[in-house]
Amino acid sequence: MQEVFTKSMARNIFLGSAVFFLIIYLALTYDTWQQIPVRDHADKITASVIRGKYLVDTNDCIGCHTINGEGSYYAPELDNVYKRRGPEFIKLWIPAQPSGVAGRRQMPHFNFTPAQIDDIVAYLQWLSNVDTNHWPPNIEG
Amino acid sequence: MKYQSQLVAKPYFIAALALFFGQIVFGLIAGMQFLDGTFLFSAAHFNIVRMTHTNLLIVWLLMAFMGAAYYIVPEEAQTELYSPKLALITFWVFLIAAALTVVGYLLVPYAHLAAITGNAIVPTMGRGYLEQPLPTKIGIVLVALSLLFNVTMTLIKGRKTSINLILVGALWGLALLFLPSFYFPEDTVKASYSWWWIVHGWVEGDWELILGALLGFILIKMTGVDREIVEKWLYIIMAMVLISGLVGIGHHYYYIGAPAYWIWLGSIFSAMEPIPFMLLIAFAFKMLFQRRREHPNKAAMLWAMGTPIMAFLGAGLWGFMITLAPAQYYIHGTNFTAAHGHLAFFGAYAMVSMAIISYAMPMLRGREANSVRAQHWEIAGFWIMVLSMIGIALALTGAGLVTAYLQRSGADPLGFMQVQDRARVFFWGREIAGAGFFTGLLVYLRSFFIQGEYQYTAQVKRALAT
Ligand code: HEM
Ligand code: HEM
Ligand SMILES: [Fe+2]
Repeated sequence: MQEVFTKSMARNIFLGSAVFFLIIYLALTYDTWQQIPVRDHADKITASVIRGKYLVDTNDCIGCHTINGEGSYYAPELDNVYKRRGPEFIKLWIPAQPSGVAGRRQMPHFNFTPAQIDDIVAYLQWLSNVDTNHWPPNIEG
Repeated sequence: MKYQSQLVAKPYFIAALALFFGQIVFGLIAGMQFLDGTFLFSAAHFNIVRMTHTNLLIVWLLMAFMGAAYYIVPEEAQTELYSPKLALITFWVFLIAAALTVVGYLLVPYAHLAAITGNAIVPTMGRGYLEQPLPTKIGIVLVALSLLFNVTMTLIKGRKTSINLILVGALWGLALLFLPSFYFPEDTVKASYSWWWIVHGWVEGDWELILGALLGFILIKMTGVDREIVEKWLYIIMAMVLISGLVGIGHHYYYIGAPAYWIWLGSIFSAMEPIPFMLLIAFAFKMLFQRRREHPNKAAMLWAMGTPIMAFLGAGLWGFMITLAPAQYYIHGTNFTAAHGHLAFFGAYAMVSMAIISYAMPMLRGREANSVRAQHWEIAGFWIMVLSMIGIALALTGAGLVTAYLQRSGADPLGFMQVQDRARVFFWGREIAGAGFFTGLLVYLRSFFIQGEYQYTAQVKRALAT
């Protein structure tokens, strides 16, 4: 085997590219961090939105649903559900679960108070206004 | 086995396989809930079944990686493990923490679990793969610290081979990348953006280095090829992983609220991510063809050769199909993603775990290789699992395409639940292939209960007779 290209050269290429691309990624992340609050209207993250998000997280909604396409594929997209169904529908929907329809996928009952449901709706409304580069393709999510 | 302390790897490997079994049982239940939404609903909601399935996956892979580290690091360093006792204590801590967590999932409603485990103080729960309550997450950090201390001390007092440096370095990376799980910003876009540091950072970065180190170790041992060549290949492969994968993380940033430049950056760099997997195939086969010995453990060789091929198929090919922004526009967050997730996780990390287990377990049980009969069972298990997993992936790909056509495109798109109904046949396909996978797993596990070692004399006689 010719020793033109040695192991230590290979190792240096590895270490060099690791450092180089990590720095690029960090720089891009810095820029993204500046842009996110504008794109997602961070000024509209009210106390109610924050409470709503906490309920969405601690009840593991993304264990069945997707939010911006992330989560599970068992139940509909929540990013734009506010626009698809509207607030009144959602407020009636959540407490009415589970449907109990034989064979149909079931959503659990969560025992939310009306105020908590308002918070969840506020969070979903905020979500629906995030600039996601025109995704999803249509209202069905 | 050259060093007595390598024996601590054994409980890790056994527990890994037991947890793997549990993972598949929950996978089958989750798959069944796609077909009958009321199936076991009163016992465990889909999200609970799912998180048990995915968390058991992560835990058994970590168990296997840790076992591999405790096996490989002393052998490469040519010295006993710094503290076998600590490794054993760590094993029990990890196993009990994992068991308690699963019990918590199954017995306590998730929101209640969050309330009683201090989630309000440091919110961490409710993200994919990171569903564990705070005490479990802290436990994971402690287990990782113990592992890192043990293998690093071993490395310091012993020989510093490249395999060992890569493996221990990547284990440090694995632990560091877990730390963002304690950072859960209130801004959902920032939360998604940083969640991928862990998920993408592991599977398309750090764990690929672990995969390379494990495969490199197995191939050095089994083929007798000069380690200089193996290690040079590994560095090149690893360089390609980071060149493509670091900025390639952008393929998760197209449609979550991050700036539009990620559409270009993510597409271009992640399109190169299949390259390291191709190189892995080339590397493995080059070693195979240049081998200087015939190792009697044919099953381990099959796992070692199968891993890069299946990893390329699942991560490289299926990953590529969903990675470009225009394609993802239609299939982001559909079962196409699940097809890729299954084939990639199985092909890369489940298979490399079984490769090292296949190589090391016979040694840990005091023989170079298992009897021919045990190997036949193991090889049968290999093929049934591999083919079934391809079946699962094809079925989920079909389901994903149904969504892309009926729900994501056309002038008159259908709603989610309606579309899911149309994809029913694919969910049946997934479940049937899943039952096949389960059968393959049973066949594989059966091989461990067949006693006896590889009989050279019998093989020589047979060779002379023909
Ligand atoms: C062994 C390595 C890999 C594993 C284990 C893996 C696993 C996964 C998993 C589990 C997900 C879903 C995450 C979620 O829950 O949302 C995912 C998403 C994704 N992966 Fe991979 N992956 C690997 C390599 C790759 C490679 C090499 C590529 C590109 C060529 C790729 C492209 C993608 C893309 C684009 C997504 C997002 C799909 C979407 O937007 O829905 N992956 N991967
Ligand atoms: C009998 C075999 C299996 C069945 C029936 C099964 C079923 C499932 C189901 C129903 C889900 C939830 C998908 C959703 O949210 O819609 C899931 C998720 C997942 N499973 Fe499996 N599974 C099986 C085997 C495996 C194996 C062997 C692996 C890896 C080695 C694996 C890795 C995963 C991963 C990574 C996810 C999350 C995927 C994502 O977020 O895209 N599964 N599985
Ligand atoms: Fe990725």
